[in-house]
Amino acid sequence: MADLMNVQAHVRLGSNAGQSMTRRDGVLKVTGRAPYAADRQPGGMLHAVTATAGIARGRVAHLDTAAALAHPGVVRVYTPANRPPLAEHPDTKIHGFAWRMEALQDDTVRYAGQPIALVVADTLEAATEGARLLNPRYEAEAPRIGLDGNTPYQPETVSIGRPPSLEAGDMDAARAGAARHLDTVVETAAQYHNALEPHAITAQWFGDRLEIDTPNQAIGLAKQSFATYLGIEPSQILIRSPFLGGGFGSKAILYGAQLLVVLAARDLDRPVKLALRRDQMFGPVGHRPATRQTLRLDLDEHGRIAALDHHTLAVASTFDDFIESASNASHSVYATTAMRTTHSAVRTDTGTPGPMRAPGEAPGSAALEVAIDEAAYALGMDPLAFRLLNYADTDPSTGMEFSSKALRECYERAADLFGWKDRPLEPRTMRQGRLLKGWGMGTAQFPCPMFQAAAHATLRADGSAVVETSAADMGQGAWTALAQIAADGLGIDIDRLEFRSGQSDLPDAGVAGGSGHTATAGTALFNAGADTVRQLADLATNDPASPLFGAGNAGVTARGGRLYRNDDESRSEAYEDILARAGLDLVRGEGKGAREGEAQRAMFSHGGVFAEVLVDPDLGQIRVNRLVGAFAVGRIVNPQLARSQLLGGMIWGVGFALHEEAIHDARTGRFTNNDLAGYHIPVNADIPMIEALTVHEDDPFVNALGIKGVGELGVTGTVGAIANAVWHATGVRPHRFPIHPESLI
Amino acid sequence: MNLFDYTRADTLGAAVGAEGALLAGGTNLLDLMKIGVATPSRLVDVTRLPLSQIEDHGGGLRIGAMVRNADLARHPQVLARFPAVAEALLSGASAQLRNAATTGGNVMQSTRCSYFMDPLSPCNRREPGTGCSAIGGETRNHAILGWTSGCIATHPSDLCVALAAFDAVVEIAGPAGTREVPMATFHPLPDANGVPPALAAGEVITHIRLPDPGGMARHARYVKLRERTSFAFAIVSAAAGIAVQDNRIVAARLALGGVAARPWRSTGAEAALLGQPPIETNFARAAELALQGAAPSGNNAAKIVLARRIAVRALTLAAAGTPDRMPALPASVFEGDDHG
Amino acid sequence: MTQTLNLTINGTTQTIALDDPRATLLDVLRERLGLTGTKKGCDRGQCGACTVLIDGRRMNACLALALSHDGAAVTTIEGLAEGDRLHPVQDAFLRHDGFQCGYCTPGQIMSAVALIAEAEAGLDPERVREGMSGNLCRCAAYAGITEAVLDATRTMTREDAA
Repeated sequence: MADLMNVQAHVRLGSNAGQSMTRRDGVLKVTGRAPYAADRQPGGMLHAVTATAGIARGRVAHLDTAAALAHPGVVRVYTPANRPPLAEHPDTKIHGFAWRMEALQDDTVRYAGQPIALVVADTLEAATEGARLLNPRYEAEAPRIGLDGNTPYQPETVSIGRPPSLEAGDMDAARAGAARHLDTVVETAAQYHNALEPHAITAQWFGDRLEIDTPNQAIGLAKQSFATYLGIEPSQILIRSPFLGGGFGSKAILYGAQLLVVLAARDLDRPVKLALRRDQMFGPVGHRPATRQTLRLDLDEHGRIAALDHHTLAVASTFDDFIESASNASHSVYATTAMRTTHSAVRTDTGTPGPMRAPGEAPGSAALEVAIDEAAYALGMDPLAFRLLNYADTDPSTGMEFSSKALRECYERAADLFGWKDRPLEPRTMRQGRLLKGWGMGTAQFPCPMFQAAAHATLRADGSAVVETSAADMGQGAWTALAQIAADGLGIDIDRLEFRSGQSDLPDAGVAGGSGHTATAGTALFNAGADTVRQLADLATNDPASPLFGAGNAGVTARGGRLYRNDDESRSEAYEDILARAGLDLVRGEGKGAREGEAQRAMFSHGGVFAEVLVDPDLGQIRVNRLVGAFAVGRIVNPQLARSQLLGGMIWGVGFALHEEAIHDARTGRFTNNDLAGYHIPVNADIPMIEALTVHEDDPFVNALGIKGVGELGVTGTVGAIANAVWHATGVRPHRFPIHPESLI
Repeated sequence: MNLFDYTRADTLGAAVGAEGALLAGGTNLLDLMKIGVATPSRLVDVTRLPLSQIEDHGGGLRIGAMVRNADLARHPQVLARFPAVAEALLSGASAQLRNAATTGGNVMQSTRCSYFMDPLSPCNRREPGTGCSAIGGETRNHAILGWTSGCIATHPSDLCVALAAFDAVVEIAGPAGTREVPMATFHPLPDANGVPPALAAGEVITHIRLPDPGGMARHARYVKLRERTSFAFAIVSAAAGIAVQDNRIVAARLALGGVAARPWRSTGAEAALLGQPPIETNFARAAELALQGAAPSGNNAAKIVLARRIAVRALTLAAAGTPDRMPALPASVFEGDDHG
Repeated sequence: MTQTLNLTINGTTQTIALDDPRATLLDVLRERLGLTGTKKGCDRGQCGACTVLIDGRRMNACLALALSHDGAAVTTIEGLAEGDRLHPVQDAFLRHDGFQCGYCTPGQIMSAVALIAEAEAGLDPERVREGMSGNLCRCAAYAGITEAVLDATRTMTREDAA
């Protein structure tokens, strides 16, 4: 908090942003009244359930639709034979953020868990049983599963449209001059987002108008996509997505069953609801693919990194191209004279991977931080000292300056709180009773992208205001943080602000992803408010009856619902008085949020994460006993919400390091753990002590508000910190995530 | 889930011999019905049977089959005489599930073998003679003892491991009368074609009886290794009890969990401990005996090592004495060093 | 075949004509009675999002066959607050930011209410964390949840004493 009072960004935020106010949607959430898509029940609603493929490759030879239809309550069964037409093939990439999907276009099966029919019934129980009774017969082919399941290939792009490789500096020269090098291979497992809210949709047609309730991270884009596939105008569609029960990347992109439900609702002229079962979330809605990463660090005689080579082999699907850009996580963290990052991929019979909280960065950071720790130990150096020796003062991949980088302060604050200075260099030297104790660290880094957003602000005659943008709140706190920014843009108290959001008939707020939503939508909202205030100021300063008349070049400042003359604060006027005299009911402003032009600086959030683990030497069970991170994330809009986001990210790091792993049977391609009893995510008892600090950081370049992002940063650094702590405890270097107990004995 | 007829048995007479699947807490049966592994045409709800008492039984206890796991775990006499049973209960599932799940239901719960739980995979346990899909598949959690080419699944219960260790007896009522089976042998081991049912048609578990633990009451522990700190099935687990006089072991109990189709009681290991001082080398020898004949059923050789070590740990902790804690805590491998 | 089911939900006794014997308590609450505060996260007792109190005990409504609970008293998240006055546990979750997306929150809160009533965890954070481990939170608001439960325990203990 004290840090925030001293921020000197070039946009002045007023008294709303920077405060730890509780969530504006909090009462709705703690009373169970916050409406999620599956809570909707329009009159006459039918329930839909998808039947999913029990093979991973081949075709569906037969579905017993008669048995399903004979089940009491079943209304209709959709298969490729009778699926109503779409205006666009589900395999068409209608834009860069569209995935090829399965909407019963044919009888092909390309992964286990793929939807192969949709059963619609009066009750959920009947629809569920109807789907089971379809009892499919298949013509199956041998599936290709896992990192060694197929021949690797060179992808043309990685992530979403990014180049697959980068070379900076002279690798050969750098290697030739190096004193030593270190090779390491790290494998990471397939992970599934598993938002607690299963993907759901409720669709209802009113003539040619369509209303959809579905959680979505990019509401405006979703409207466009639905319109394209359905062959109708976007203006005919209203999407409501006020609350997402977690998204993490899996709710940014359309999936086939959403289209099927909309088609069924039109075909049957009834509202239709579908919620995926937990097991059905393993496949059609994205995942973080398994990777095998090969790193080589060349070090000069002083221990500085001369060359960094990071190659990633990632699992991909057979029918679309999302390649986990893990090697790119090495671009900008540590100084090096030369670097090369490359990717290859292996096409397997799984659903298409997609962005999952810190896509690329999470697995890439895990591998990089393990390699860095190995290098530090090989040199006999403290891991923090080694990182400081290789501190990147400019971005080594581009040579650009950083827009801001308070990473040294992060290391210092977190190391201090953690007690890092007492760490012995050698592993397996610390004990707590019978248990082995180890300390490890990692560097957190995540880029600060901005997308496109628009917003409206309307100031009303009574001095209250309404602001509008179709932002998505998936738990990060958009309802609160964006309102805080908007209130400051308008110069009013937040209690006088009504925030309309979460549906598609509002100005497009872009995507809630990439940790860029608060910066992007926040900028749009702030600008809309500022536009409104500018109009208000024009009214007042041109009105001889106003105490602000003739302020001219001195200008005015807006705060607390009044305008003040900058050159004489005793002269001010309330918004409602300005409007009343002008005879206006309202003043309306517009704003946009986007980054202007090509970035001239490297823009990242940073952090240092320190972990203490206890390991049972006989049984290998690991406990993350303490986890401390300090983060530099630019201006913090709401410290309490930012802390929650950072802690959440760090706990995702715990899951990545110790728990999360989706397993296929290689013979059938089916999962053996597609439920929450088998696919482990951390429980409360796994998190004994965790803290996230933030350090002061003023960034005048990242955007006008100085806001970076907090949503994904915490995952990075943490995985490596835990793995390095496990090594320090046991002397066994983890090269595979998650770290299993039996690998340590 | 298929349609079924629902009936309720309010008396034991109505339950015994009733056709259909017995529904108690529902935490396992309903789950299996949802995934299509159990497809009963009739459910007989036995939750109202008058079997919810925990009674004194000559220094031991007689536990009604409908006693909920949570109630059993916090019962003062369980804590006083069978603390390892309380520890085992609290090591399993979640507070919500323990409030619903019953003693009888826990004993009758199905394996968590992912192939058993996948109706598309052939499974001798589900359908005798169809084969075992787990063999050659993902077998990290599968059996290392007592398995056959017909089935390599394990029994997932924590409670049953502690019950088996402390000589529990299962009381069964059937159309042909009542019978008793020791907990340690209640769950049949697989043969080459499948696994015989533990109960005959129409039989109902009525009680679990635990005999007087004697000097082991305050020297009994349950230890569980799992991937998460809580709410996860065991990789391996062990229940142990020890009674010592003049630095010599006069009674010993040891059962392993997560290793076989039943809780793996090792009377051989127990016998080897008698008359010996309660020291780690002796525990290690006992553990060696307990794992005699163990063999990996797939990529799970590490479990043999882990099982041996957790047996040593349980015996060591039991010898040290059960901590005086009310209520009990789940048994953590970390406990005793960093807290508690 | 319709079967009759009596439930006392949040203090009000209702007779429900149940259209399907397969219905779980969770689907009765959500789909038949419009009490959608109770959430479905996994439908298999593995996440805790559907936690309600049945005769005062916390249970997973998804694994409770409705017919088997004929005559039971059920408390859901909708039954906690008194008008606009939040239950101390709800209030503590709000103040400690014990949630993010909010989807697991009704289940967390019902579980916490029961945990406090069970009076076994007290103010021991280790026991609170263990006792709340049947409620997964994918946003991972665990630190806030634990703080909220401890805070509410203190508040409710004071209220009881007063």
